[in-house]
Amino acid sequence: MKIFNFHLMPYADVDVEAMKRHGSAWLTFSNSHYDPLKGADLYNQYLDQLEKADELGFYGVCVNEHHQTAYGLMPTPGVLAGALARSIKKGKVAVLGRALPLVNNPLVIAEEFAMLDNLTRGRFVAGFVRGIGAEYHTMGINPAESQERFNEAHDLIIQAWTKPGPFEFRGKHYNFKYVNPWPTPYRKPHPEIYIPSSGSLSTIRWVAERRYTYCQTLAPIQGVAATFDLFRKEAERVGYEASPDQLSWSNAIFIGETDAKAIAACREHMENYANHYLSKDPAMMAPPGYTSVESVKRMRQLRAHRAAFQTTEDLIEKGVVIVGSPNTVREKLAAYQDLAGFGVSLTKTQFGTMPHAMALENQAAVAQEVLPYFKDRLPQGKARAKATPKDKSEIQIDSLGRALPAE
Amino acid sequence: MQSPIAADLNLRGTAVKLMRAGAGSPLLLLRGTDASDAWLPYMDVLAEQHALIVPEHPGFGGKPMPPWLDRLSDMANFYLDLIDELNLTGVHLVGTSLGGWIAAELAHRSSAKLASLTLVGAAGLRVPGVEGVDIFLRSEEQGLRDRFHDTGRADEAIARILSPATEDVRLANAIAIARVAWNPRLHDPHLAKWLHRIKVPTSIIWGEHDRLFPPAHARAFHESILGSRLTIVPACGHAVALDKPDALVASILDFTAEHGRAE
Repeated sequence: MKIFNFHLMPYADVDVEAMKRHGSAWLTFSNSHYDPLKGADLYNQYLDQLEKADELGFYGVCVNEHHQTAYGLMPTPGVLAGALARSIKKGKVAVLGRALPLVNNPLVIAEEFAMLDNLTRGRFVAGFVRGIGAEYHTMGINPAESQERFNEAHDLIIQAWTKPGPFEFRGKHYNFKYVNPWPTPYRKPHPEIYIPSSGSLSTIRWVAERRYTYCQTLAPIQGVAATFDLFRKEAERVGYEASPDQLSWSNAIFIGETDAKAIAACREHMENYANHYLSKDPAMMAPPGYTSVESVKRMRQLRAHRAAFQTTEDLIEKGVVIVGSPNTVREKLAAYQDLAGFGVSLTKTQFGTMPHAMALENQAAVAQEVLPYFKDRLPQGKARAKATPKDKSEIQIDSLGRALPAE
Repeated sequence: MQSPIAADLNLRGTAVKLMRAGAGSPLLLLRGTDASDAWLPYMDVLAEQHALIVPEHPGFGGKPMPPWLDRLSDMANFYLDLIDELNLTGVHLVGTSLGGWIAAELAHRSSAKLASLTLVGAAGLRVPGVEGVDIFLRSEEQGLRDRFHDTGRADEAIARILSPATEDVRLANAIAIARVAWNPRLHDPHLAKWLHRIKVPTSIIWGEHDRLFPPAHARAFHESILGSRLTIVPACGHAVALDKPDALVASILDFTAEHGRAE
């Protein structure tokens, strides 16, 4: 299993009571609650954590993009990835992902990602997302155009990376007389592409057709397993067998001496993360056209359920997160891998209000108690009997940590 | 209540439902975000004097999103096509809310087929310093409540409109509405530049307590459209047709009688 260390870089010093009173950490939660002195410390601590992850042997580190929220302080994730590009010596550097429809010029993303791929000598992983619903409010982009902008921006970026320039690009939303970015990606034909999604069938199908890696965002493991089954079916439909490396589960892991101690230690931070940093307002999170009518109806049906406070025990029981003793964590992660068949784990070791020292301790525990046991582990069990060969496009890393471009 | 005749009209590949009743000079009523709502009693009163035509907007009612629908002015051009298709002349064009914005866009493009224009709580303009509620951050129920001054009528509308049977249509309509009105929010900065081209007799009717587009918007339309008449309806919210239907109908009929054309 390839275990990345994933960071949301939340504003952990948030006034939790103010956030609770406001009802969410998004959009209208005033930035007067942001203290740059604290924020500067957090950025540096979080980068320290990700650099430590590389020393500890995580497969790679991930940052992502969110706007105008205490949930995550990375409106421009390329800044963080750039800061990491020189200090992460062995692992991958992943931006999971940039929200393509939210920009009016996706060529800047093609350029930025190509730079990161050069800086890391091909150890960069490119993530593309649509952004979450609230970001269509914050960025002034029409949610009803989200899908078509995403598709068109994706096509533009791939062409910019793979087609010799200069060439002309004519779309509905994006038009360029000259497409000719310098640099081009280090890795050919282009960086690995991961697509995080909450699991819509249309996205699953789109990712499977392009043989990218599908990343399921935070969800109960049974739902994740069903989603990954769909992915494998979609891959079969277009004529290939999906590799476990194309399936990635996003989670949070917290390790303590015993199950009870682990739960007690992380409870406050876990419950702040799951209940107060996330918004539950459908008008904010599911603006019209961002998702299909069917999806909105499903969300509405779930609303009563979603609105309920989620305890740490709820999250553990549903398999959204893994918390416990080293043994418990290993057993569950193995069971979940066998159930859902994923080969990539995007693991948060800091979440919500968790302070730096505690995050470092947890990260070290995951590195010591989990990573060595899962290094080469593939999904097992009768449903996953056919372990697939190593992805041919997998890059080789030399002794200096430089990736060798694939053929 | 009269029974309107409802039929789908296919116009250059776009199906749109029209409800029609009455006889006389044509009155084309463009509703707002409520364009899929039922035929209501106030329409009967209009149909006593006019050949009333009430379309559901393109992309509304669960019909496929027309591939040409990208901005609100596309709707205005569509209704110019519709007027031609139905061979209408001397049209009294009445638009409420989003429909008022469509009507204003239509009228500045061409008022050749219009006898009069009535804008009711119309979207379309931004008035610096005047903030209305953000309809895209409201729940459906709160969104309906925002449109009324009379809470009893708001309760009735909520009970009637928010039925599970129409949920699919309401959600699909919300997508069409976002498509044309998300950003800039419910206005087009270019509209104000051309309102002076509206030369047809124009009546502007507004709820005193419009929380979506406070009456400063009414005054902005009034000042831009030469010779327009301004009527502020007291104790009334944004949805004048639902909140104070009697006052609205009286004001419309008074204006159309004054500006009717000999057929």
